[in-house]
Amino acid sequence: MNKDTILHDHNYDGINRRGFLKCMAWAGTGAFCVIKGGVLKSYSLSRIAEIGAHEAKGELSFVQISDSHMGFDKAANPDVVGTFKAAIEKINALPVAAAFILHTGDVSHLSKPSEFDTVDQLLKSASAQDVFLVPGEHDLLNDDGKQFLDRYGKGTQGAGWYSFDKNGVHFIGLVNVLNLKAGGLGSLGAEQLEWMGKDVKHLSKSTPIVVFAHIPLWSVYPEWGWGTDDSAQALSYLKKFGSVTVLNGHIHQTMQKVEGNITFHTAASTAFPQPKPGEAPSPGPMKVPAEQLRTLLGVTNVNYLRGRHALAVVDSNLI
Amino acid sequence: MTTRSLTITAALLLAWLSGGGSQNGLAANTAGAGNMEAAVKIDNFSFTPALVTVPVGTTIRWTNRDDIPHTVVADDTSFKSKALDTDEEFTYTFTKPGTYGYFCSLHPKMTAKIVVE
Repeated sequence: MNKDTILHDHNYDGINRRGFLKCMAWAGTGAFCVIKGGVLKSYSLSRIAEIGAHEAKGELSFVQISDSHMGFDKAANPDVVGTFKAAIEKINALPVAAAFILHTGDVSHLSKPSEFDTVDQLLKSASAQDVFLVPGEHDLLNDDGKQFLDRYGKGTQGAGWYSFDKNGVHFIGLVNVLNLKAGGLGSLGAEQLEWMGKDVKHLSKSTPIVVFAHIPLWSVYPEWGWGTDDSAQALSYLKKFGSVTVLNGHIHQTMQKVEGNITFHTAASTAFPQPKPGEAPSPGPMKVPAEQLRTLLGVTNVNYLRGRHALAVVDSNLI
Repeated sequence: MTTRSLTITAALLLAWLSGGGSQNGLAANTAGAGNMEAAVKIDNFSFTPALVTVPVGTTIRWTNRDDIPHTVVADDTSFKSKALDTDEEFTYTFTKPGTYGYFCSLHPKMTAKIVVE
């Protein structure tokens, strides 16, 4: 029976590290983790139907989708509309309704107005109507992001960064795909970092923080540009907080890492998979047999349960 | 990924178009040095060759062979393409000697150089 209960230990966040990592390891094959009152429970996804709403319900439940690449039509997935619809069906079928959707960028493939229009239209059938977006590099082509800001940037700062609060959780949406330097990685820039420092300064240590941005804010694989040059400074502002969850996209596969108080997580794409770091000549779209495609695409469900603990992050594929 | 810095000599690479270039609108800035063209392929998130040495007046033609868009942007922004989708091209004619570093502004790990002599 795939169910573990791990008792509270001396960690500030109340998570038994070994158990947490075990849960993380299962995530790759489909696991559901709930951390509640300092007790971590994990279930295999095949047993998700057995989890009662009471177990899964927390103070806040939301969904992350990423890299919809609307407009992409190459061999790795000629039907990105179909897989995006499947992602929405997945969201609508969650046992606990998602309060809102985060989209971590590459909404479009080529920044065409029709591509954004299609995504906006498809999102109307989602049970959660609030959508918070940050751009990927594909969303800012040829105009340094003007169109994206016009569409989605109301109330944002600078190139489109912003923060908001939901049920006691502080969310920070960052833009790390502009003004990239030759040979470099993703970049936040001095202006955005300064804003972020001020944004979190007034918050109490016990406020759970969720940071979301397109390119990973941790060094996944710099050789392929999978990291952000100045992320260390951004993360330094978050050291004082007990619970920090960082959600990214860009690499079209799920990956997790726990470092001190911070849990890093990357989401699958809804469009096409990319190879594991270094396992192909380049990070381009990975063509897999048609019957495998939806096992490599997915959505991410995040649950917050009040207390001194990390948020529960659950990936599921589009089968 | 290994660095694939190849120096291709002008003799190997240059296509002498002798008038064909003007049909393609490529000979606008050749500054009297002839209608010379060299090709750089964008493939597997790399510019190939990564180092091209050409005479003044040469037009470089970049072609994107990836399933993902890329750009061609000079480090000093003296030239800059739009986003190139699969099979789209960008050309730029080099009228002054110098070393021109450039990169893909979407995937900045992609860097390469044109040396104009």
